[in-house]
Amino acid sequence: MTNTMNSPETEVAVSISVDGQAVSVPEGSTILDACTAAGIDTPTICYGPNLTPVNACRVCVVELEGSRTLVPSCSREVEPDMVVQTDSDRVKHSRKMVLEFLGSGVDLSQADDLNAWSEHYGADPNRYGPDAETMNEPVKIEDDLYIRDYDKCVLCYKCVSACGDDAQHTFAISMTGRGFGARIATEFDGVLPDSACVYCGNCVAVCPTNALQFKTEFDLRQAANWRPEDQSVTTTICSYCGVGCNLELHTQDERIVKVTSPDDHSVTWGNLCIKGRFGWQYVHGDSDGD
Amino acid sequence: MFGAGGGTSSYKEIEETNLIVLWGSNARNAHPIFFHHLLKGIDNGAKMYAVDPRRTSSAKFADTWLGLNLGSDVALANGIGREIIAAGLVNEAFVAHSSQGFDEYKESVEKYTLEYTSQLTGLPPEAIQELAHDYATAETAQILWTLGITEHHNAVDNVLALCNLALLTGHIGKWGSGLVPLRGQNNVQGGGDMGALPNKLPGFQNVNDDAARGKFEAKYGVQLNPEPGLHLTLMFEAMERGEIKAAYVLGENPADSEADILHARKLLEGLDLLVVQDIFMTRTAELADVVLPASVAWAESDGTATSSERRVQRIRAAVPPPGEARHDIDILFDLAKRMGHDWGTPDPEQLWDELRDLSPMHQGMSWERLEQTGGLQWPCPSLDHPGSPFLHGWLYEDDLGGRDPAPFSPVVAQGPKEELTDEFPLRLTTGRALDSYNTGVQSGGFNSPIRYGDALDMHPADAERLGLADGDQALVSSPRGSVEMRIRIDSSLVEGLTFTTFHFPDLVDANVLTSDAWDKKSGTAEFKAASIRVEPLVAARG
Repeated sequence: MTNTMNSPETEVAVSISVDGQAVSVPEGSTILDACTAAGIDTPTICYGPNLTPVNACRVCVVELEGSRTLVPSCSREVEPDMVVQTDSDRVKHSRKMVLEFLGSGVDLSQADDLNAWSEHYGADPNRYGPDAETMNEPVKIEDDLYIRDYDKCVLCYKCVSACGDDAQHTFAISMTGRGFGARIATEFDGVLPDSACVYCGNCVAVCPTNALQFKTEFDLRQAANWRPEDQSVTTTICSYCGVGCNLELHTQDERIVKVTSPDDHSVTWGNLCIKGRFGWQYVHGDSDGD
Repeated sequence: MFGAGGGTSSYKEIEETNLIVLWGSNARNAHPIFFHHLLKGIDNGAKMYAVDPRRTSSAKFADTWLGLNLGSDVALANGIGREIIAAGLVNEAFVAHSSQGFDEYKESVEKYTLEYTSQLTGLPPEAIQELAHDYATAETAQILWTLGITEHHNAVDNVLALCNLALLTGHIGKWGSGLVPLRGQNNVQGGGDMGALPNKLPGFQNVNDDAARGKFEAKYGVQLNPEPGLHLTLMFEAMERGEIKAAYVLGENPADSEADILHARKLLEGLDLLVVQDIFMTRTAELADVVLPASVAWAESDGTATSSERRVQRIRAAVPPPGEARHDIDILFDLAKRMGHDWGTPDPEQLWDELRDLSPMHQGMSWERLEQTGGLQWPCPSLDHPGSPFLHGWLYEDDLGGRDPAPFSPVVAQGPKEELTDEFPLRLTTGRALDSYNTGVQSGGFNSPIRYGDALDMHPADAERLGLADGDQALVSSPRGSVEMRIRIDSSLVEGLTFTTFHFPDLVDANVLTSDAWDKKSGTAEFKAASIRVEPLVAARG
């Protein structure tokens, strides 16, 4: 894992220029880290601080002096005296096109971050017309823990990485098909309970568009009662074993509605198991378990 | 052996170690997020051995699985020790400087030749030799265990046998090497740290140490009993003798979780007074004279929990307790008041500071630092101390930090207390499933798509011999009782060994079967080794 958040003990600083501003970051950091250090916000989709970069989405590209093409800031490591532009016309145009193309064929209605960036760059996914619209696949609901909504999938690979060798090593899902037929699938595209899935929910945790969604959130949204503005998040420790995983309890109306884990904590790096992720329901006396 | 009851190493260390020996632990199921760290270690090139009678989901990630006979752990450890000595692979500088009693240890393991160890463990001599040589020659190596080591009648011997190996090789007291017991509950480490052990005060200070006890007596203005108290198993024996007549049970369900459960229930029923403080109406609570409804510690109250890497972390209230349920400390404060002691208004931070005053290893962990750092690892003796990623670095110091060298502890191999007989010819061992937890009162609250309930897992050859097919009902009996169970065929077991979880006591009372033999040194019962007989229930078929 390329873990830029867990900086090595022997830090050598590297200085680069970002938008004319001198920034110094530890050796091994990425351009994205340098942008963050310089206080510059960067759009990302396929990047996760706890995942190895796969360079799939290209939305984080920046202009690097001396480089023929734009470079993905999430994976490109800093080198001394790099000169980087994050807000040039070329960068803005490229980011806008990525967001527009994705939005033209995918339902981004629950991807709040991406929508904010689309607005920022003036991206208008609708200009490609109805022919580019989503496939209108029914939502896959196969159990009480999480759902799969393929209309919302941008094929960013994050779920595959989290299920695979970046964290869980379960390898229950992978990319299948080509071109427009490409999609994330279980083995032989079977239902989840028959797959290798162990329901850790680490794929759901990294999904940037809510294509993978906890069932509790899905149900509340269906009932028009998912109210992020009324939710608070409390960090505590899971009780199901002695590892000490940090849980972020998302609560609404004094009830837990979702559980995540901080992706910058040295115990979990954002990951949980089925018990920590889903085993909270007894707190509210719900005992429909058997 | 080394003077503190905690895992020696940080999770980060297993990512950087060279050799992983997972012994009697199915961490993939029982400690899944720790296993992520272990997997990073494998990805980084570490070699892994799994020592377990079962080829568990953890063992499937190992380079080599050593499927030893159930309960032959001391024999294997002694055999490894003997082979390390015989092959001239002892870390002689470390043994000379940091240990004592090597000669006695050497003598004690002399008879555990590869051939004899192979006989006792059922393992090929080459596999034992390979593990011994790899462990001795690795630059860094960790041995990790859980209840496969400690739920035996000779639990302490098992642990000591592993400690001996670390002393032989110097795989203790340095980054990447260590001895790591993985804790089964979020604060079982913290409970011990806080003195919830019959012979300890908070911070692992001994109750029979006058200076340590004096500190507590001065603080609270009372005389404390210098004699160690009773651990759980001895409490049940004292109930049997009529010496314990009342019990106050907080957040534990012994009427479902004790081994030889029918006997334990009878003893609880025979008490003059049973008080249960719990968040559920557990089977134990049903037996109680008084039930005090408590709140969910990790989601409804403020405090701390201490993990397997000795990291003290904050727990925080996210939701209020329902109905008349109250915080544990509120209940205790009110009880004290009824007994004539006004402790004021309970405040978690104040209580924590009180502990810091009395427990040197927690002194530097202010509430504020715990908030800022995401947790600190003990010992952390002062506010400017960063906490301790690993323990026992003193073993490598020139003057051993002023301590005595660490002693070898010769131990003798003994099999499980309950032997196989013609009447009870199969071995039964127990463990956790990935999606469930202990007696199931918590994990029963959600619908897991991968839950199959308590079944008796059995090797295909055993099933065939008994005329059983997957899904059949069978009558399973041990010398203590019988239960009906569903049979599940599992070819990852070895012949003669059966396995069950114990998460659904309402459906299958698995602890009717488990052995009540227990370890005199730790008080732990031998949940991991009973002898059983399995008979098909014809009526259930078709």
